[in-house]
Amino acid sequence: MSRWLPRTYLTLVYLLLYVPIAVLVVFSFNDSRTGYEWGGLSFRWYEALFNNRAMVQAMWNSLWLALSAATVSTLIGALTALALHRYRFRGKQVLNGMLFIVMMSPEIVLAISLLGLFLMVGLQLGYVSLLLAHVTFCLPFVVITVMARLSGFDERLPEAARDLGASDFTMTRTVLIPVIMPALLAGWLLGFTLSLDDVVVSTFVSGPSYEILPLRIYSMVRVGLKPEVNALGTLLLVFSLVMLMLSQWILLRSKR
Amino acid sequence: MGNTLQQPFRTAVLVLVWGWLLFLVFTPNLLVVGASVMTRDPSTFISLPMNLDAYRQLLNPLYLDVFLHSLYMAAMTTLICLLIGYPFAWSLSKVARKNRLLLIFLLIVPFWTNSLVRTYALKLILATNGLLNNALMAMGIIDEPMQMLYTEGAVIIGLVYLLLPFMILPLYTVFEDLREDFLRASHDLGAGRWSTFIHVIVPLTLPGVLAGVMLVLLPAMGLFFVPDVLGGSRNLLVGNVIKNQFLDARNWPFGAAASIMLTLAMAFLMFAHRLSKRRIGEDGV
Repeated sequence: MSRWLPRTYLTLVYLLLYVPIAVLVVFSFNDSRTGYEWGGLSFRWYEALFNNRAMVQAMWNSLWLALSAATVSTLIGALTALALHRYRFRGKQVLNGMLFIVMMSPEIVLAISLLGLFLMVGLQLGYVSLLLAHVTFCLPFVVITVMARLSGFDERLPEAARDLGASDFTMTRTVLIPVIMPALLAGWLLGFTLSLDDVVVSTFVSGPSYEILPLRIYSMVRVGLKPEVNALGTLLLVFSLVMLMLSQWILLRSKR
Repeated sequence: MGNTLQQPFRTAVLVLVWGWLLFLVFTPNLLVVGASVMTRDPSTFISLPMNLDAYRQLLNPLYLDVFLHSLYMAAMTTLICLLIGYPFAWSLSKVARKNRLLLIFLLIVPFWTNSLVRTYALKLILATNGLLNNALMAMGIIDEPMQMLYTEGAVIIGLVYLLLPFMILPLYTVFEDLREDFLRASHDLGAGRWSTFIHVIVPLTLPGVLAGVMLVLLPAMGLFFVPDVLGGSRNLLVGNVIKNQFLDARNWPFGAAASIMLTLAMAFLMFAHRLSKRRIGEDGV
């Protein structure tokens, strides 16, 4: 195969993937109300965004939710990965299987099953239900990230710690945690982004008491075009991109 | 590791992990199965007696049409993703290693960015007076704007756009593992390019294909916001039906039965994926 053919093809597909994003970003600075023609450079949609009280509140809610969901899922995910890596216990395959199912099953299936659970136990839909749901769908991703880090790890280190008289807890704190730190950070960043971007699960498990950003966008974009969404979308894109670069940088640096 | 049995730390970790998964994964899924065989109830959502009405309702022509249409759009999405993704992953696996990192990074960016926002971005392009129509008219290819938004095509384009990376990544993994000496051996044994492709490359990349199909086909039936934003009311996905039954029509048994159909489809695809991997394990090494 000649060299330029694959290259042209790759370039073409990347263009298709990125053109819509570029259009969105460019149009977020468009002064025109209709949103189709270029009406000059303007920051009016960003201003409109931050002057909208309900919107700002939804942003804070989303950030707080993502922050807490990422933190809790990193904690539980890391412990799960450690357990799967270190311990032999009955039902390990089942545990693995459940995590796999959460990751593979269509989000909407997870969403309705959680809605059913929350209504059955009488949990008011709001921050707590959102948190439980987000932690659950972030969990497998954290587990995978941490497991990947643990699998390339010298098994003699924890054994040495044990021989030197460290308890399991001490060994985990002084040997394992430092080793998996980069994976924890990367997993946390991924969890944060997944939570911030989720629409499907949140649609089902959120209540009127806690409005979050993706659902607000959802109600805005269902009918027609809203220039404010361009601005909001651009902000979210930039935010996610920073998170992703941060996580890749952490993982790459730790490999050296 | 016998002494770790008494460790309180180990016990605490296992209780926490098991507790979380049993309460938030196992029980909810059991509830859905239970709900699907109950009777619809306007006030408590579900009630006794148990019956299979919900499953019978799945076969109601009205819904059957929607499901088949959804399956058709999901199948088209998967096919297009495969047709674009297969040569893409192949080309990507041939790029020099140091450029490849950047290219893969560019592929996972969409995974980290808001899919609703990206769907909305497509709307800017496909709208009647949107960019694509304007561009085509400016070039003189069409005289009047075409109706692109709120069509079946728009939904498929939206789904392909969102799901393409999920097809490419597993394919890339199998192409990266594809050993050059197998291809050379096939060539040395007198196979032509086409024959090598059919008898060597396709079977060896099959697990990647099936993994990609799994990662695309199922979400393509569930991502209800894509038809909501791009498709109008005539191009619904199974996901829209499920959402509607749970949040608007309040027919939980029916919504639950529909979601179980999706889960069964997933189980079937996972099984096929396993099978293809095992076959390669036996034949390949």
